[in-house]
Amino acid sequence: MRDWFPHNISAVGGAIDGLFGLIAAITLAWFVVTLGVLVWFMFRYRRRDTEAAQYVRGDTRAELAWLLLPAALVLALDVVIDTSSDGIWRRMKLEMPPADLQLAVTGKQFAWTISYPGTDGVLGTADDFSLDAELHVPAGRNVRVVLRSSDVLHSFFLPNARLKQDAVPGRAIDLWFNVTEPGRYDLACAELCGFGHTTMKGSLIVHTPDEFAAWMASHAGSAAAAAASQAAPPAKIG
Amino acid sequence: MTEAHVAVDPHASAVGMWRRYVFSTDHKMIGRQYMLLSLLMAVLGGATAYVMRWQLAWPQSSVPFTGWLPESLAYQGVIDPAFYNQLVTMHGTIMIFFVAMPMLLGGLGNCLVPLMIGAPDMAFPRLNMLSFWTFFAASMLLLSSFLVPAGAASAGWTMYAPLSARPIYTGVYWGINLWLIAVALEFVAFLLGGINLVVTTINLRASGLTFMRLPLMVWMELTSAVLFLLSVGPLIAGVLLLLLDRLAGTSFFVPNDGDPLLWQHLFWFFGHPEVYVLLLPGVGAVLEILPVFARKPVFGYRAIVWSTAATGVLSFMVWAHHMFISGIDPRLATPFSITTILISVPLAIVLFAMIATLWRGSIRFATPMLWALGFIATFLVGGLTGIFVGAAALDVYFHGTYFVVAHFHYALFPSVFFGGFAAIYFWYPKMFGRMLSERLGQLHFALTFVAFNAVFLPMFVLGLGGHMRRIYDPTVYEFLRPLMPLHVAATVATIVLLFSQLPFVINVIGSRRFGRPAGPNPWRAATLEWTTPSPPPHGNFASAPTVYRGPYEYSVPGAGEDVLPQNQPPRLRAATPSAV
Repeated sequence: MRDWFPHNISAVGGAIDGLFGLIAAITLAWFVVTLGVLVWFMFRYRRRDTEAAQYVRGDTRAELAWLLLPAALVLALDVVIDTSSDGIWRRMKLEMPPADLQLAVTGKQFAWTISYPGTDGVLGTADDFSLDAELHVPAGRNVRVVLRSSDVLHSFFLPNARLKQDAVPGRAIDLWFNVTEPGRYDLACAELCGFGHTTMKGSLIVHTPDEFAAWMASHAGSAAAAAASQAAPPAKIG
Repeated sequence: MTEAHVAVDPHASAVGMWRRYVFSTDHKMIGRQYMLLSLLMAVLGGATAYVMRWQLAWPQSSVPFTGWLPESLAYQGVIDPAFYNQLVTMHGTIMIFFVAMPMLLGGLGNCLVPLMIGAPDMAFPRLNMLSFWTFFAASMLLLSSFLVPAGAASAGWTMYAPLSARPIYTGVYWGINLWLIAVALEFVAFLLGGINLVVTTINLRASGLTFMRLPLMVWMELTSAVLFLLSVGPLIAGVLLLLLDRLAGTSFFVPNDGDPLLWQHLFWFFGHPEVYVLLLPGVGAVLEILPVFARKPVFGYRAIVWSTAATGVLSFMVWAHHMFISGIDPRLATPFSITTILISVPLAIVLFAMIATLWRGSIRFATPMLWALGFIATFLVGGLTGIFVGAAALDVYFHGTYFVVAHFHYALFPSVFFGGFAAIYFWYPKMFGRMLSERLGQLHFALTFVAFNAVFLPMFVLGLGGHMRRIYDPTVYEFLRPLMPLHVAATVATIVLLFSQLPFVINVIGSRRFGRPAGPNPWRAATLEWTTPSPPPHGNFASAPTVYRGPYEYSVPGAGEDVLPQNQPPRLRAATPSAV
């Protein structure tokens, strides 16, 4: 079943796929056993002239054990699932590593705008620049994003990184990811945002760190030059 | 009230057509009105599904049989993206609020609860009529929204703000306003209906019918009504605030003065209990049918009642699992994840009890039983897949994908359609006095069961592939193109599923005339509704019944018959062995 997922490129993605594997194994086993018992009962206790139904109410302690013991097992497995889910959730959402690169992403009907800090690595300075729909990041680095929306709800979705976060107007939401394989991947909007929702599409372009530094320098240079020549404030970031 | 207390109304035939079929206060007629309206709305819900599915399987191609649509919605049969969003929104709205609710609560609740508790009618027959006609008005308002300029609501059935809060974001003006008014009215209708149902169940039970002797269907309808009453208030308020945002320019759900997440909290505080409001009546119907066709008592009656209550209580503590990635404080995810996954325990008990009811039974596979067994098999999938999306860390990936779409269709379709059809095949003889055709019923079941799975199993795989729901054209995305064959499979199966309902339509219409007369108790069942003629007269029972035992006394040792009706007085002396 894991083959059906998009190719994973993120450091946390492996853990998420592992959690899927754990839940799939547990629920599939339950499904097979439960359905097996159902079908077996349907066959074994089909109406026959030789055998009458037996008066079983299922209200004695011994009979109730047939309900409560499997239910206790369900509870135990729930705890296993909750615990592993909680560990991964903490890693993704609560224990954010320090940023190697800080970006700002703003969703609007119907495009993603990505603001880059330029060579100084700081957002809000003269060498900042923005691109629509192209999210360039270095491989193997912790990238942090401040996610905003300028109109309605959007959802920032990187399928290959197993990452999704709603963008909410009026809020700035922090997220991070670390992708390891250079290449070009899809960036999507996963929350219905209007008639152009489907076309609110972008790309995640993962560079090697060297390549990324060069790319950033060339864009930041031209941004700074443009800003200087116009003597205008730098491209504004959200 | 007074006429409801007349056991058999001698003037029933003197009541004119108008009072009898339209402005009726008889719970059975009102129940049938709800049923009919919900099935008609289901046709529209199915039609919206057909158009969406066609666009998804063969994007930008002309959808057959849509030539009559205006060019603004479908140019030369190709669906416009804005119209697609209307279809997405209206499909969900119609199916949840205008099919499931009226079928399970309005229809089954009205038809069955008074009969099963031995009452002549609902406690407030005129309020009952008012509920139905309020619901009817809501339905007409919703339908009219297709006809206003710029079309129907298009912000999803969850109507998330700010997309829904400012007309400029969708381009839809009166469509969303009418949606809000229709849904608020619908809630009012079911609020009135729910109060009626609760009061009826508590006050009009026959003598001897204690709570622990109630048929489980009545327990489920009662719990369902209570959950609805306790959860819907905040959303009615929310709907009115959203309407103010649209019409008066307020900013309850629009930043910076308001908060879009507030709407989500109000919506899902209602929305999650609502899932159980829709689930429980289906469960109830299945629990009535299993003992009748296995000829033995329901296994663990009390365990089921307590598990249902526990499910109801827990259902109020899970709503934020719809909001794991919405921007709420991430520390909230773990507690809501735990409560969500915990709800599997009481539901598992109910499901195990259903299966254990078959143990050592003598099972007859009549059509209602097929649907009941189909419910167990399909709902099992719906329940188990809920664990994937209930685990917060995995929900990050699955949220807003077809995995969720497949999951909730596997959770709700079993209740609404497997449970609903089980109930219709089981109680149609009671409501109309004629048996339905078994052969057509089996055909209907077999086709529906296969087609339903063929529609929604591929959607799990689409979800694994990360396929976002509610997008208009999957081929836009590189990573979705390999998944297109699954869309084609699901669409073909959808068309089969829709046509699979033809045997049902033929059956319910044809059997009214040509069906075998049913007699009062064709299934040899034990509950009170089977002790009165089919169809029951106005006032239901010739004299108020007295109840002596629980609802599922089948195959009692030494009883002679394999069923002891609830109202049969106990014999003073045990039956002699020769009588067995």
